[in-house]
This record gives sequence, C-alpha cells and structure tokens, in this order.
Amino acid sequence: MKSPMRLARGAVAAVIAAAGLALATPGPAAAVDFSGKTVEWWIPFSEGGGSDVWARFFAPYLARHLPGQPNVIIRNVPGGGSITGTNEFAARARPDGLSLLGTSGSTQFPYLLGDTRVRYEMADFEPVLVSPTGGVVYIPASFGITDASELGQIADRELVYASQGATSLDLVPMLAFEVLGLNVRHVFGMTGRGDGRLAFERGEATIDYQTSSAYLTNVVPLVEAGDAVPLFSYGVLDAEGNVQRDPSFPDIPHFLEAYEMMHGEPPSGVAFDAYMAFFSAGFAAQKPAMLPRGTAPEIVEAYRQAFAEAVADPALQAAKGEVLGEYDQAVGEDTVPLYQVATSIDPEAREWVRGYLRDNHRVTLD
Amino acid sequence: MVIDALFEALGNVLTLQHFTYLMVGVLVGLVVGILPGLGGIVGMSLLLPFVYGMDATSALAMLIGMLPVLAIADTFASVLMGIPGSSASQATILDGFPMAKKGQAARALSAAFTASLFGGLFGAAVLTVCVLAARPLILSFGAAELFMLTLFGLSMVGVLSGQSLLKGIAACALGLALGAVGAAPATGEYRMDFGTLYLMDGVPLVIVGLALFAVPEIGDLLRKNSTIAERKSSLGTGWLQGIRDTWAYRWLTLRCSGLGAILGMIPGLGGSVVDWIAYGHVVQTSKDRSQFGKGDVRGVIAPESTTSAKEGGGLVPTLLFGIPGSGSMAIFLAGMILIGLQPGPAMVGQNLGVTYTIVWSLAIANVIGTVLCIVLAPNIARITTIRYALVAPFMILVISFAAFQPSRSYLDLVTLLVLGVVGILLRRFGWPRPAFLIGFVLATQGERYLYQALQFSGWSFFGRPIVIVIGLIIILSVWLGARANKGGGSVQTEGSGAISDSTHMWPQVAFTAGVICVFVFTLYETVGLSLLGKVFPIGVALVGLLAALLIIWPQWRGNRASREVFDGEDARRIDDDGPVGPLFYVAWLAAFVGAIGLVGYFLALVAFFVAFLRIVAKSSWGQTLVLTGAAAGLVLLLASALNMVMPSGLLQDHFHNYLIWPLR
Repeated sequence: MKSPMRLARGAVAAVIAAAGLALATPGPAAAVDFSGKTVEWWIPFSEGGGSDVWARFFAPYLARHLPGQPNVIIRNVPGGGSITGTNEFAARARPDGLSLLGTSGSTQFPYLLGDTRVRYEMADFEPVLVSPTGGVVYIPASFGITDASELGQIADRELVYASQGATSLDLVPMLAFEVLGLNVRHVFGMTGRGDGRLAFERGEATIDYQTSSAYLTNVVPLVEAGDAVPLFSYGVLDAEGNVQRDPSFPDIPHFLEAYEMMHGEPPSGVAFDAYMAFFSAGFAAQKPAMLPRGTAPEIVEAYRQAFAEAVADPALQAAKGEVLGEYDQAVGEDTVPLYQVATSIDPEAREWVRGYLRDNHRVTLD
Repeated sequence: MVIDALFEALGNVLTLQHFTYLMVGVLVGLVVGILPGLGGIVGMSLLLPFVYGMDATSALAMLIGMLPVLAIADTFASVLMGIPGSSASQATILDGFPMAKKGQAARALSAAFTASLFGGLFGAAVLTVCVLAARPLILSFGAAELFMLTLFGLSMVGVLSGQSLLKGIAACALGLALGAVGAAPATGEYRMDFGTLYLMDGVPLVIVGLALFAVPEIGDLLRKNSTIAERKSSLGTGWLQGIRDTWAYRWLTLRCSGLGAILGMIPGLGGSVVDWIAYGHVVQTSKDRSQFGKGDVRGVIAPESTTSAKEGGGLVPTLLFGIPGSGSMAIFLAGMILIGLQPGPAMVGQNLGVTYTIVWSLAIANVIGTVLCIVLAPNIARITTIRYALVAPFMILVISFAAFQPSRSYLDLVTLLVLGVVGILLRRFGWPRPAFLIGFVLATQGERYLYQALQFSGWSFFGRPIVIVIGLIIILSVWLGARANKGGGSVQTEGSGAISDSTHMWPQVAFTAGVICVFVFTLYETVGLSLLGKVFPIGVALVGLLAALLIIWPQWRGNRASREVFDGEDARRIDDDGPVGPLFYVAWLAAFVGAIGLVGYFLALVAFFVAFLRIVAKSSWGQTLVLTGAAAGLVLLLASALNMVMPSGLLQDHFHNYLIWPLR
C-alpha cells in the first residue's frame, strides 16, 4: 500500500493531495488572509546553519502560497544550543499566524533527554511541515570489510569516532554503535561533521558518518577510490512509522537491515527503543516548522495547505538540490504523526539514555 | 585545462551583471568595514537573504566581493579611532593609532592599504595554485599539529607583554580562564556558567575585543577636551610616504602575506589571532624595536598584509572540504548551498570554473576596495578633527550594536560593560591587553586540540614530524623575542615603565588582589568536575595565580623600582581637562546599559544620545536632535536589514503586546 507520505513524492501527486486537503477544509481557510502582513520565521540558530539555510530556502515558496502572500522573513535568535530561542518563542510568540518556529534535532534532543533548561513543550506546538534528512555511516576500506554482515570481524577492535558531543546530533550514531555492539571510542569537541570527516581522512578517526549531501560530494569519491566502505544509512520513516531505505541511497542497507546482517535477527530492547526515538528526532523528522500553542485551527490549516502547495511547486522541486535532497517532505495531515514520533520518547528509554550518558560520558542533565 | 578555466572565469567575472553584483558586495563590505566592531559575519548576514534565487556567479561575486573590502576598510577605525574595525584588525591599533595621533594618519592608512592590497592579491594567487594541491597539506594538520599552532600563538605573549613578562603571563592566564567559560570541549560539562544559558557557549569574541580595546579608548579620549588628531591637519601628509614604506619593507610584506595565507589555509586556528601572530613576528624579527607601540609603520604593514592574505588562504579549506575557517566562511558556505553548490573535491574538478570565478572576484574586489578606501580616506579622516564629545556617543552606539550581534541578547551588553571595566583597569595598571586577548581566543582551541590529540594518538603525538617542526619554530620565536629584553625592550603595549612615583599604591594592589580572586574562583568552580573537564582550567588558574602572587609582592612592599609596579594614573595628567572623567564615563555606560534593561535598546539609545549631547557635549537642541535622529536612523536601517529585534527591557516585555517595532 502506498502511504500518504509517499504520495508527496511526485509533484503531480502532491498537487492532488493539496487539492484534496483544500476540499476537506472548506470555508474557514478562506477567512485567513495575511495580505500586507509580515510573517516572522524564528530560527533558534545563527545565520548560515543548516536550519537557517532550510528556512531561507522555504521562505519565498511559503510566502507565495500563504493566503494573501505575506512577506516572510527569517529571524535568527541564536544561543544556548537553540534552547534560548525556542524558550523565547514558547513564552512570547503570539498565536496569530505571524510567528512560525523552525527547529532541528538539536532542539528536540534536550527536550527528549529532560534537560532542565528546556522551557518549551514540543507537544503544544502545531506542526505544519516536517523535513527529514539522512546520513550514511562508513569505515576505512583497510579493515577488509565489504558490508555490514562482516562487522563481527571487527567487534573486538576499538574504533574511533570524532564526535561533536555526547548530547549533540552525534548521539544518534553513538546509540547506533551501542545497539550494534561495536567498540567505539568517542573523541569529543569537533565543531561540525566536516571536522569528523577530516579526522577520518587523516586516519585519526576510523568510523564516521556524513549527512546525505556531504556524503554524496565528499565521501562517494573516497568510496570510488577504494578508501572507504559504506556500512549503513539511517533510513527514513514511512507513515506507519517503519524504517525504510533512504531514497538517496537505495543500494545501501538501512540501520535495521545492517543489524540483521550482522546479528541474524532484528534489533529489540530498551537501547534500541532509545535509538529509534533519537533517530526519529535527529533524522527522520529532523526539522519541523511549528505554530505556537493555541493557534486557531483555520490558521494551522492555511499553513499546512501552503506548505503542501509549496512542496508541490515545480519551482521548488527544480531548486531543492542540496537543501532538501531526495527526501519526501511531510506536509498536510502527515506532519502530525511524524512530528509526534519525533517529539516523544518512552520514559523507560529516556531513563536508560540518561543513565548511559551519565555512566559512560559523565553527562548530567539536571 | 587549468589555464582555460582561469581565463574563462575571468570572462564570466567581467560581464556587466556579475560586475554589478560584485560592486554590491564591495559597497556593503565598505560600510560594514568602516563601522567599528562589525566584521565579516555581519556583512555576510546582510547579504545572505539576497542570495536566494540569484544565479551562481552573481551570488558568489556579491559574497566574495565583500570580503577583501572589509579587511581593507576596517583599518579606518583601527588607525583613526583606536577602536578595532573588526576582530581581525586589532593589532593594527598598536601602531596605527599612535601614528594618527602624531598626525601621520595618511601615512599609516596608505601603508595599510598598500599592504592589504598586496596581501589580498597574494592570497588570491595562493588560492589559484594551492586549491589544486593543498589537499595533502591540509590533511597533514591533525589535532596534534593544530595544538602546536595554538602554542605558537600563545608564545607571542612573550613579545607582547611590555615591561612586565609576569603581567603578560597573568593577563594571558586571565584570558584563558575567561575562554574556559562554557561547555568543556572534552566532556560537555558547563564551567563557570552560573547556571545560565547565555554563558553555555562561552563569552563571544566580538564583545571581548570591543571591551578590551574600544571601551577603554573611548573613555581615554573623553578625558581630553579635544579632537583625536593632536595636530591641526586631520590626515597629515604622507600618502606617498606610506606607499614607499610598504615598498621599503617589501620582504616583510611578502613574509607576512605568506604567513597569512598559510595560517588561513589551515582550518581550526581561526582568523582572529593571525594579526597578533604577524605583529609578534615583526617585533621579533626587527633590530630596532624602540618605536613599536608608539607608531612604527612596520606594526601596521605586518598585520594588514597578513589579514588580507588570510582571506584567500581561508577559502582553500572552505572550497576543498566544506570546512569553514571562520564565522563569515560558515555563512558563505550556506550561501553556496543555497545556490546549489556543495563544496568538495569537485571544486577542483568539474567546478573548477566556479573556484576561479571566486579567485577573480577576490582579486578584482581587492583592487576596487583599495581604490575606494583611498578616495574616501580624506572625508572619513575628518572625524578625527571633530570634537570627541560629539563622536563618542556614535562610537558607543556602534560598539554596543556590534556587541549584541552574536546572541542578540541583553546580556551581551552587560558583558560588554563588565569586561569594559576590566579593560579600563588592565590598561590603567599596565596589564597587556593583547596577551589577555590571545589567551582568550586560543583557550578553547588549545584545550580542544590537546585533548583530541591525546585521544587520537596519545603522548606519542610529540614525535610527529610537523609537530617537531612547529616546536622548533616556537623555540626560535621565543628566543627571538627574548633578545629584546637585553636590547631595546619589548613592545610597549600599555604605557612605559618609568619608575613609578604614584602617591597611592593601593589601587594596583587591589586590582592584583581582584585578579587573584578570579583565579581562586576558577579553581573553586572547576575542581569538582571530571578530570578531563578540569585539568585545563585548573592548570591555567595555577599558572595565573603564581604570576599574580609574584606581581602583588613588590606592589605590596611598595617597591617602586619594580617592573611590576605601574599605574597609568601617575602621569595623569596635565591635559586632563576633558568633559568626562573615568568614573563618570563608566557611570554613563552603566546608565545606558541599565536603561536598555528597562526600556529596551532603541529608546535607551535615543535617551542616551539626548542626555549625553546636552550634558557632556553641551550641544544646542538643534544639533542634539539632528545627531540623535541620525543615530536612530542608522540603527533602524541596520536592524531592519538584519531582521533583528534589538535587546529588550523589562517595561517593553510588560507592554509587549501593545508595541510595534522598533519599540518592541
């Protein structure tokens, strides 16, 4: 069965979906009119970061498809690893449809971990767009391993991963390695994934991952030169919440497949639950756009429809290139379940992660 | 193929459309460069919103066109006003500003511009060639090598310490301790953050630079009832002299350009210390050092050629690996991705044309920028002939506006005020501020790279060939610097040390005691952390504590012949007839920051302008209104171009729902 989220892939199909949405919500949406207004899209990061680029890419299309074609501007509120700006948005933004928030995995992670400095409740926001992203884990070819099924051969060997920090997005590979049973030493303090790739190319790091576009431009040449071997991609989530292969890397197994190739059975257990929660928040639903708590349903609908139309816009499809990659953008009603998966965690899994970080990396979150 | 690509790219650059966008970048760079404190990050942020939807070569021309002009134009503030034009041009102040005071502003500026032009073109040439072959070089610099480069930077403290090496070490340790605020690189533990989100990422560099150099300088100039230029003529003559100076020191210019290109090319050191390394280098390698810090033109040429060459070098890792060497490069990368270019190996393969478009844009913008700066210089220099009481509020406006760029927070302004007072005291008691700044900038990198090097390769990293080479360079550099103490003495960064005849010894004793308290606090705050999180701050605190104790001893004993005894107020001050004394100056700043906390930045600024101009400058109402209006207009223009909400106050928060921008 073709999931609703898959429908958004083809531009034509998405137009139909958008039209369906429009029919499903007659009347109220027409009352929403932003003409002559300015929409502020809050980004809790500084200029030039991934979320900033993502929002700047979407802004003109959002403006074109919102009723009344308002002016959409990006407002950067950086600091505190995105907690500051999101706290401020939660406390201050008015639910009038003129303030929109765009966050990232680094905003969801402290929320999921129960960081006491977080003053926002993700469940209160109204998601109107969810953008997934992906990444591929790779190792040096010199290990003599051709794919994940042979990973057992290096189970005893200590691998080195150049990490941005235990509670950064690099928590996802950390948990992936833990679930797989790999022996990995994490060296912290990298200032970006590019640093990690450089450490890998120097031979300082012996396992690494890159997000999709960086993998395609910078690691594929290494793979082609016979210097690196891809192990697995993180994959994407379909509408039923199942992990599927990453559309950018149809030939690379996703994490669950890799686990089965290595261990002969599908993964399970509390560590795996924790991995899934942070994988969803960090990759499968990395960047949500949200309206403040208490926004009127017709405004939420207007935004969902505008994003559905924006994603279906042939101009956006032609220009999306590196920014959105091959990923299906969750729009319309599809945003809700995906957003929910990405912003919730089983209490037991949360406690397990907190304990894991405390015992292995001395991270305390209180 | 390379030559073809090179000339094809030149053809692209010289089309009218491309050239138009290049000029847009150049003009933005010029304005941002002239305004003190604002640097590449602000310039790039201003341009980024326009990138979207532009074709690739035009967008690149616009973004790249800004960079070299900014590096040239930021010299104005450094030379003419003694305020860092951006965080890359701090070292230029040491000799450039004394030259301006002596009536040699024209000579200093033209030497700076020619050195910049040469450095910039050199950087572009390096980029052309090195982008093809730099991959192995960049890959050979791992964490261990970067740590050694950090040590190299720290070794410059030796020559920048002025009369007291102990004070240099203690000031550097103070900077390192301040740099340790925030998350520890190795463990992510928060240190000395007082539980606030604001300090989680550490103190922003822009604020430290402005607090150390701009805040004290404005206060100092306000003490005199005069203009900046002590002679009648604003610029003086010497345009040709400046060019001849650069020519006379052509080998120095070349050496420093090479240094800048290489340091720019190695990602991880960051752009904000290369000017100090260049300055340290020129001092070390000069025979006659008596004039450094008092207006030696070599002290202008060296940092200016280095910082301009750095831009071209810095693009090499940005394009080859997609790794930004600085904050402005990070935004440039975002711009590239928005126009559909992902940096990587393809930039020297199928996208070589794009790379060379960047090279040409860089070179052409360099030339245009230099010409524009020379044309504008006489007009801009008139600011030094205006009564300083009229200039000061504008300076305070620009530095406060620049200060809240990093996190757009009210706390940015509080930090500026607190560190500004520290800067005033450091200056008064002869603690070298360059040493403090170098320590601050290199704190995070030093700790991070040492930890990473140990994690990656253990203590054996000391045996790596490049590590040994850099180690030898450090020894050579320290030796060259140490020669100074026998001969002409090292640079006078903070007043000269004649035998102190101050009537009161207690102010310096109190300040040194305060410094000791900071180190004790650092120990107290970090001793409970995990080993990897505390080893660096504790080491820094112990070194600083030892140095500070050795400083306070002669001060306590009242040994006036000691090198450690110095109080800038001693020689105060026959010409101390200005409108605002130091205490009142700090009170003005505190009132301004307090008012912002109450009514927000915009209203507080208007009130500050009116009050300052009426009370201090004794302006007429007409003049007051015109100047205040100009200030308000400038702030609104910048803030709306950057889409930003200015720091808000308590009353504003209370009435938030009833207010409209810019009041809210």
